[in-house]
Amino acid sequence: MSLLELSGLTKRYGPVAALNGIDLAVQAGSRTAIVGPSGCGKTTLLRLIAGFEAPDNGRIALDGHTLADEAGVVPAHLRGIGVVAQDGALFPHLTIADNIGFGMRKDEDKRAERISELAYIVGLDKAILKRRPHQLSGGQQQRVALARAMAMKPRLMLLDEPFSALDTGLRASMRKAVAELLEGAGITTILVTHDQAEALSFADQVAVMRDGKFSQVGTPRDLYLKPVNRMVAEFLGDAIVLPARVADGFAECQLGRIPVDENGRREVARIMLRPEQLLIKRTTRQGMSGTPDMLFGEVVESEFAGATCTVAVRLMNNSNPPDAAAIGNTPLVLKKPGTDAPAVGEIVRISVAGKAHVFG
Amino acid sequence: MTSAAASGGAYRGRTLHRRRYPVRWIAACAVLVSAFALLPIVFVAVAAIQAGWSTVAALVFRPRVGDLLVNTLLLVIFAVPISALLSIALAWLTERSDLPGARLWSWLSVAPLAIPAFVHSYAWVTMVPGLHGLFAGVLISIIAYFPFLYLPLSAAMRRLDPALEDSAASLGLGPWRVFFRVVLPQLRLAICGGALLVGLHLLAEYGLYVFVRFDTFTTAIVDQFQSTFNGPAANMLAGVLVACCLALLAVEVLVRGEERYARVGSGAARPLQRARLGWLALPCSLLLAAVTCLSLGVPFWTIGRWLVAGGSEIWRLDEIGLALGQTLFLAVVGGLLATAAAIPIAWLSIRSPGRLQRMLEGCNYVVGSLPGVVVALALVTVTVRTLPFFYQTMVTILVAYALMFLPRAIISLRASIAQAPVELERAAGSLGRSPAKALWATTIRLSAPGAAAGIALVALGIMNELTATQMLAPNGTRTLAMAFWNYSGEIDYASAAPYAAIMVAVSLPLTWLLYVQSKRMAGR
Repeated sequence: MSLLELSGLTKRYGPVAALNGIDLAVQAGSRTAIVGPSGCGKTTLLRLIAGFEAPDNGRIALDGHTLADEAGVVPAHLRGIGVVAQDGALFPHLTIADNIGFGMRKDEDKRAERISELAYIVGLDKAILKRRPHQLSGGQQQRVALARAMAMKPRLMLLDEPFSALDTGLRASMRKAVAELLEGAGITTILVTHDQAEALSFADQVAVMRDGKFSQVGTPRDLYLKPVNRMVAEFLGDAIVLPARVADGFAECQLGRIPVDENGRREVARIMLRPEQLLIKRTTRQGMSGTPDMLFGEVVESEFAGATCTVAVRLMNNSNPPDAAAIGNTPLVLKKPGTDAPAVGEIVRISVAGKAHVFG
Repeated sequence: MTSAAASGGAYRGRTLHRRRYPVRWIAACAVLVSAFALLPIVFVAVAAIQAGWSTVAALVFRPRVGDLLVNTLLLVIFAVPISALLSIALAWLTERSDLPGARLWSWLSVAPLAIPAFVHSYAWVTMVPGLHGLFAGVLISIIAYFPFLYLPLSAAMRRLDPALEDSAASLGLGPWRVFFRVVLPQLRLAICGGALLVGLHLLAEYGLYVFVRFDTFTTAIVDQFQSTFNGPAANMLAGVLVACCLALLAVEVLVRGEERYARVGSGAARPLQRARLGWLALPCSLLLAAVTCLSLGVPFWTIGRWLVAGGSEIWRLDEIGLALGQTLFLAVVGGLLATAAAIPIAWLSIRSPGRLQRMLEGCNYVVGSLPGVVVALALVTVTVRTLPFFYQTMVTILVAYALMFLPRAIISLRASIAQAPVELERAAGSLGRSPAKALWATTIRLSAPGAAAGIALVALGIMNELTATQMLAPNGTRTLAMAFWNYSGEIDYASAAPYAAIMVAVSLPLTWLLYVQSKRMAGR
């Protein structure tokens, strides 16, 4: 069953609609990521769930109990929802131990033991418990903020871009550690981020948000391979979008006849391929003979960047594209391993792996 | 090879010399200014030594001093905490609630600073003639001085990171507990600084307490000075007063502690959310209206009433014009002098912080806390004994102003020098300007607005200064404050009213400047 249910949430700031009808169900024990460009309303949504602000319309329910609707709002301090803010928001006037123990009662049994246990769980050294927040690094501050929120034993944890202040290497390891930690503690988690890779790798369920609405909600794999529109497709990664004629599970396009994930029949459609679905193999001009449906191209650009190499390939024999005049012969831009990338002027054979996705 | 190394060494030696050069002469100036500023303390110590222990004991350990001590303590104990509570409430209402007209109320909470404390007192006494003693002293002190607490508190409240309050709420704390456990601790520095300022003003104030017939050390010293001129009795009272000021400084250091509550983290703070007052908006507005009535309504109404009652004959324009001219002269020249004296210290504290700079800063901090009456007494003694040709001259009174208001000038200058990047000064140096010229062409030019603000604040102080002016000014000097004081001393309240009106009118724009500056320092 779903732990958190949002239905029809709206929120306006003057003339600006920050949220414009949000519906979402979050399963107990799952991880959800809300991802979108900055200004799309994702932080506002998080603040409504936490109870820092009240929605104009709609309903928020946690475990069947209404937290906010037209009748009234449960204030943040009675919700029992943990929050980790972007920069940790540690209390500068308290030690780390007092920060972690902030939500506990002063006379709670074994308060000190629980604090050091929490510090241990989030991977903090016991020695820093006596220090002040400003003496800690960014990553340590985030761990303290997490421990502080976990001390409340919340059923739901909200993470507001908690990794964005960290440098790249630390970010990935923190993300993995936090995901495992919260899963181990059985805490349902919602992560807000503008980083699509972070969202895809962190969550079981991803919601792509734009202009105060969810464009699409689903598993990371579904969103990546079957985005509802070009915006979602390009937000989640590089995409090759081509015009095509679709019939009986195949598309006729610039790349010839390739399988698609839809069985309908349409004269004008757009299909999407991820660049990694296009495979290239070195050959020569002499080797270009073969069956007519084989596809060849010439490398026109090659940009080496260490592990990957960005290669631009211009098709040499495009077979009957539906509106070739409109698109011209734009090169396909692909990322290939840097160790064995073809050089400019080389001839390659192109093949397609898997199915292309047809936009609805 | 050898010659190359030798020439390289010589070259390095020369650059080293050139680099140290500006710091050294500026440091020398700063030490000189600070040493001079220590004069009042040295004077108190020397006076005590010269008088001998038995005289000191006889003059200090007597019931009169005990009474004064009790009076002064009671004043501080009542007026400072009540001012703090009032200021916290006002700052919260104007900065953190959705009270209608918050910006106007905020300005009205600072505006009482434009009215000299003795004019507040004059207004109250002429409106409620029976007002006197401790109650009157505490009441008028709060009304005249609470803005010194309100200013830093409202600035601190604006700066608070709202994410901390959100975090506390998500950790299960209700609004009241959030206020006491998260908001209040972060206001500690502002409360300590403001309370110290108010306390020091209470110790230094003279005119206010004379009107309500409440004796403090300062009024007693001036009485003593007027009856016996420069006797050991006045000097010893000054010694006790200095001890009180130092005690206040020590208490503040103890309470403040070593903590600095820097904002942790790097993200941009989201704008503060204002609390919804709902039906409480009405009583809260009434509180602000009541404070405004007491702090602005009473003085304006009283001054207005006396102006109307006096008619046109109280506007003796030649006399008033002379007083205004003298006051403006003293204020502007004193402001320039204090700011010029502040440049080396302010420059050092930003460009070359170190042990010397910390020592000088501490020294100026202590001296800045000394009441005008002590500074005046010291200068009277020194000029009479060793430099008689300076006694009761413009030079002495201007020096006294510079000493008394040096800290104000330093604070304004320091803030603006901090905003002029040192790289510019270095660039000017690398383009061939000598250190002094580089300083002038870059840092001093860029910090000119801050210096102007500093001059204005010092001028504001000088304009409303009464005690030291009375004791030090050359014969024939009659500033606005002195003229006001003489007339009201003769119970000619109507004739005093134009002077009060002019002082308030000139001070209002300067107070506005202070208000704008405090807003800007808070980043808005």
